[in-house]
Amino acid sequence: MPSNKSVSDAPITQFINCRILRDHHLQREDLWVREGRILDPEKLFFDEKGYADERVDCEGSIIAPGFIDVQINGGYGIDFSQPSNDVSSGISLVAQKILEHGVTSFCPTLVTSPPSVYHKVLPQVKVHGGGRHGAGVLGFHLEGPFISLEKKGAHPEQYLRTFSSGGKDDLMETYGGLDNVAMVTLAPELPNSQSAVRELCQRGITVSLGHSVANLSQAEEAVQAGASFITHLFNAMLPFHHRDPGIVGLLTSDQIPPGRMVYYGMIADGIHTNPAALRIAHRAHPSGLVLVTDAITAMGLPPGRHTLGQQVVEIQGLHAYVAGLTDVFLVLGTTTLCGSIATMDMCVRHFKQASGCSVEEALEGASLHPAQLLGISHKKGNLDYGSDADLVLLDDALNVKATYISGEEVWRRGA
Amino acid sequence: MRLVILDDYAQSSEWAAKYICNRIIQFNPSEDRYFTLGLPTGSTPYGCYQKLIQYHRSGDLSFKYVKTFNMDEYVGLPRSHPQSYHSYMWNNFFKHIDINPANAHILDGNADDLEEECQKYEEKIQEAGGIQLFVGGIGPDGHIAFNEPGSSLVSRTRVKTLAKDTIMANARFFDNDLSKVPTMALTVGVGTVMDAKEVLILITGAHKALALSRAIEEGVNHMWTVSAFQQHPTTTFVCDEDATLELRVKTVKYFKGLMHVHNKLVDPVLSMKDQDK
Repeated sequence: MPSNKSVSDAPITQFINCRILRDHHLQREDLWVREGRILDPEKLFFDEKGYADERVDCEGSIIAPGFIDVQINGGYGIDFSQPSNDVSSGISLVAQKILEHGVTSFCPTLVTSPPSVYHKVLPQVKVHGGGRHGAGVLGFHLEGPFISLEKKGAHPEQYLRTFSSGGKDDLMETYGGLDNVAMVTLAPELPNSQSAVRELCQRGITVSLGHSVANLSQAEEAVQAGASFITHLFNAMLPFHHRDPGIVGLLTSDQIPPGRMVYYGMIADGIHTNPAALRIAHRAHPSGLVLVTDAITAMGLPPGRHTLGQQVVEIQGLHAYVAGLTDVFLVLGTTTLCGSIATMDMCVRHFKQASGCSVEEALEGASLHPAQLLGISHKKGNLDYGSDADLVLLDDALNVKATYISGEEVWRRGA
Repeated sequence: MRLVILDDYAQSSEWAAKYICNRIIQFNPSEDRYFTLGLPTGSTPYGCYQKLIQYHRSGDLSFKYVKTFNMDEYVGLPRSHPQSYHSYMWNNFFKHIDINPANAHILDGNADDLEEECQKYEEKIQEAGGIQLFVGGIGPDGHIAFNEPGSSLVSRTRVKTLAKDTIMANARFFDNDLSKVPTMALTVGVGTVMDAKEVLILITGAHKALALSRAIEEGVNHMWTVSAFQQHPTTTFVCDEDATLELRVKTVKYFKGLMHVHNKLVDPVLSMKDQDK
């Protein structure tokens, strides 16, 4: 048929024989893509008299928006917090590998480190889109150093800091700069944290509460100042108590400003959270659940010794077959958990199985919700017309079959 | 007139689809000679569209060399509104078949100059060589397309104000809020449809029974505009039992007795697979 497209001559791809996640439902619909974005086929038909140039037969696969991981510390031997002159290539390597897990965008995470590390590492990596080279980088997630001593987890004690210069100045002093930073995790009970929270929010940086002993009021104050995320709920915070629910209480707090929402990260690897706790959180606040891997350098590698920031960790080879392989990582000489080696697609499968939620909810926990959290849901995390065509093709068991970024295939199982 | 009476909605939808399918294939359309089809919207033809899509999916019917002209469209309703006839045709038909978008014509209810739009539509039909087969439905008030009671039986494509009956019948698609229902529409005229080589009218349901009886058992009357087709050489009415409830027993018996003849038109159902090679 003669081409008659008036808006653009760019080729149009039509994904057929698929079920797409749209409007919170899996629907039997074709998915149309042009110039890296989801296209409205009805407009194409009537306004442009256009049609597809290429058809991709998905053989009944599910098409979900590409997964977004907002907490990943490294993998495949790479540790993002390890200062090096070439951080970019480490991030690029991980970015490419995680395409296999359906991740199309991520926030490389740096654990508590000395200022010299931030000053060296941050300027080396800019926010950039994904492609065949790997998942897109949405900006760093700086987890620390403004966190609580009691809840440092695997973070190195000697590099913890407080807001001694009033808040804003501490940020600049410590990090060096805030360009290319998407999120900061801090403990709101630290004095002067409010000023830091406000400064970060003003710059469009998501503020997350974590590694903290804050009580609920302190947490609520931080949310009122702009904080919108909880880093790995339940882990590295005070446990839920019925007279002071602590940070966990944010899930059902009535002090959240109207129009705002608190999201919470969950490492659904079967280790960090007991499935019953996962279910309690999910049932209390289903729309705020964000799946994260918190993957560390050893993710993707065989058992052995690896570095995490400024510390050395060792894998204790405990295999827990929960929809996949998960080993437990402990700080050498302690029983403190430190990150996971679960992959994002494993987390999606495990979350669905443990919570009994629907396929749609499981997929949205890894795509729509992180996009909403970061304020990028106008172009990522969904398959709405106009959104970036970052896709993951899955079978019914939610195993990744293929990954696309901007409409281009960037990974295929068995290829 | 042929009056084809089937037991229920499903069967009448299927009969009509088979008929349309056979007509297209018998015509043997090609690059130089397109088959032009007039199309309706609404709940009545839905089953027929489903069947046509099925024939397409199984490879038996292609719309590659078919041009379509829809009967009508609301005025002032955004094209992307879920109740617009553009939306109906896209979701229920066009998106499932292989028609060239340039060959799918629907009146534009948001055109700057509505009269010019109607004029152009008539011209497009002419340029396409006229309509081979116009498929239509009937309103409870006996209208065809939006040719409301009182419409000229020789009318052409034009703007019409909708009758109260029609607005009320449509309210169910607009949250039962009468204020949300469009009050005007662009529609092909009775004369426009009469120009087609063949006309196929689908009528199902007891609520259409009175209209059917007025249309075929009474005189030609502009109050029941479908009655105009009594003067068309090749009109087929396809209906279900419920739609015959107001007809005389004699009429029904006569036409039921002819079903073995009518069924020859749809048996066998042709397939484009047999045409290739």
